Amino acid sequence: MGTTTVSAEGLVKRYGEVRALDGLDLEIPEGTVLGLLGPNGAGKTTCVRVLTTLLRPDAGRVFVAGIDVLREPQRVRERIGVSGQTAAVDENLTGYENLDMIGRLYHLGRAAAKARARELLAQFRLDDAGDRTAKTYSGGMRRRLDLAGALVARPQVLFLDEPTTGLDPRSRTEMWATLSDLVAGGTTVLLTTQYLEEADRLADSIVVVDHGKVIAQGTADQLKAQVGGEVIEVVVADAVRIPDTVTVLTDVGRGEAAIDDHTRRVSVSVDGSRPAASALIDALRRLDEQGVAVLDVGVRRPTLDDVFLQLTGHAAEEAVVNGEAGTTAGKERVR
Amino acid sequence: MSTLTQNVGDGVTITKRNLLKIYRVPDVLVFSTLSPIMFVLLFAYIFGSAIEVPGVNYREFLMAGIFVQTVIFGATWTGASLAEDLQKGIIDRFRSLPMSRSAVLIGRTTADVGINIVTFVVMALTGLIVGWRIRGSALDALFAVLLLLAFAYSISWVMAVVGLLVRTPEVVNNASFIVIFPLTFIANTFVPTGNLPGPIKWFAERNPVSSVTQAARELFGNTSPSYPAPDVWAMQHPVTYSLIWIAVILVIFIPLAIAQYRRAAAR
Repeated sequence: MGTTTVSAEGLVKRYGEVRALDGLDLEIPEGTVLGLLGPNGAGKTTCVRVLTTLLRPDAGRVFVAGIDVLREPQRVRERIGVSGQTAAVDENLTGYENLDMIGRLYHLGRAAAKARARELLAQFRLDDAGDRTAKTYSGGMRRRLDLAGALVARPQVLFLDEPTTGLDPRSRTEMWATLSDLVAGGTTVLLTTQYLEEADRLADSIVVVDHGKVIAQGTADQLKAQVGGEVIEVVVADAVRIPDTVTVLTDVGRGEAAIDDHTRRVSVSVDGSRPAASALIDALRRLDEQGVAVLDVGVRRPTLDDVFLQLTGHAAEEAVVNGEAGTTAGKERVR
Repeated sequence: MSTLTQNVGDGVTITKRNLLKIYRVPDVLVFSTLSPIMFVLLFAYIFGSAIEVPGVNYREFLMAGIFVQTVIFGATWTGASLAEDLQKGIIDRFRSLPMSRSAVLIGRTTADVGINIVTFVVMALTGLIVGWRIRGSALDALFAVLLLLAFAYSISWVMAVVGLLVRTPEVVNNASFIVIFPLTFIANTFVPTGNLPGPIKWFAERNPVSSVTQAARELFGNTSPSYPAPDVWAMQHPVTYSLIWIAVILVIFIPLAIAQYRRAAAR
């Protein structure tokens, strides 16, 4: 521990007017998992492409496993494993043939490549399907095969670009279990995700990016502490009274109130110096005075959704079509 | 392992992968051989009855032309396949591996020679059925086949650049159609060039497609003294002229393709 396995400094990548990366910095200590968190188009994938030698940045310095990525990309490739957003498996080859081919291309040697392929198929519960073409695999199986491909050469650093995007909830849970085992083994991992729950679960530390820049970093707890204390929530009976509720909550809380029109839920985080319950009572008294009918109230610990909302002014998943991360942030907007 | 052995090894690995696909999805091969068969039959029996070549049976005259056209179409497979791999993220995976930078392209173009060999055999058999004969020596005939494959191989590298640039297999196919059709028709492939109008005749007699066709015709022994080659250097020395073209195309397009591959997925 203590040494840095991945470091990037001042990464810039422009596409015409758009800055996909706008001076992004990050560091991953050896043996830890960094969650790179951000909405679609935040620059996560571009960042991974730079770190994995696929894309040259317009400016910046990148080191992976102590090697300058821009100067000696081939030496970096020997030490990394990459699993991308779309499972890059060859569907005309069997699972075994896919892994064997990758082993050969890592120059493991014929016998070692074969043995490693079988070993990984077993590890990822694909041994039964190993001799079928990948065309017959389910989405979850393809992802597992793709991930297995990234592990063929026992890489020092693993890059996982949205490993669960597009998976159904069950496959996602399975994938999380697989990844948890993997990161417990001490591999250095960079994991990008749009799912806050995923980062919270798998990452040692989190970097939040938006518009190609780091806007916050720390452990999940640190980020939550940054938002402040707890969050109070009020569900009103009549949607017409939402604006009044927002006014009251903004008054007692700190920062902006989040509104979910669909469930008529308004929430706000409370200053850490004050007990959330007292803020809630305060709010309820004032709502009662104004004759706002309240259906439900609650106090909860902040989630990373709240962090994202507070930091960027927009919810993490509003750009996601099937934002099914199991939280309410997807439906929230800020007033 | 030395770098060279590694490069060759990587190329072989990728070639195997591509050939496995042909084996697993044989439809591609079936359809890429069916259309030339149809071409042979159409030209032999429909146009053949109207086109007169002095001293040569039209069906014998025709075959060299069809061979050239078919192997060129076979080469478009290179571009379409690369575009498909690019689309599916497979090129990204390859580019993240410590493999040789040229292996994907070498493996692709080599596998496509394999496809072209199969197509050629099917066509040659069809030709023999409709009355085509090899009248030269076996050695000359073998040389003709190698020349056809070498020409197609060079076109494969052109198509590799196209495929990596346009990145959609359908577009590769349609775009190459627009180029390949005129290129293979404004030539001596299906008709003698003697009666073509001025500028078209000029082009047809310098078109590398014509020289490869002429070379194959001569080597297969499908020419006649009563229909001599046009008095243009390219047609008088078709083998040399063809080899020059093949070399020039390879020298230009191999580095271009490799450079494009390095940037390929860099959106």
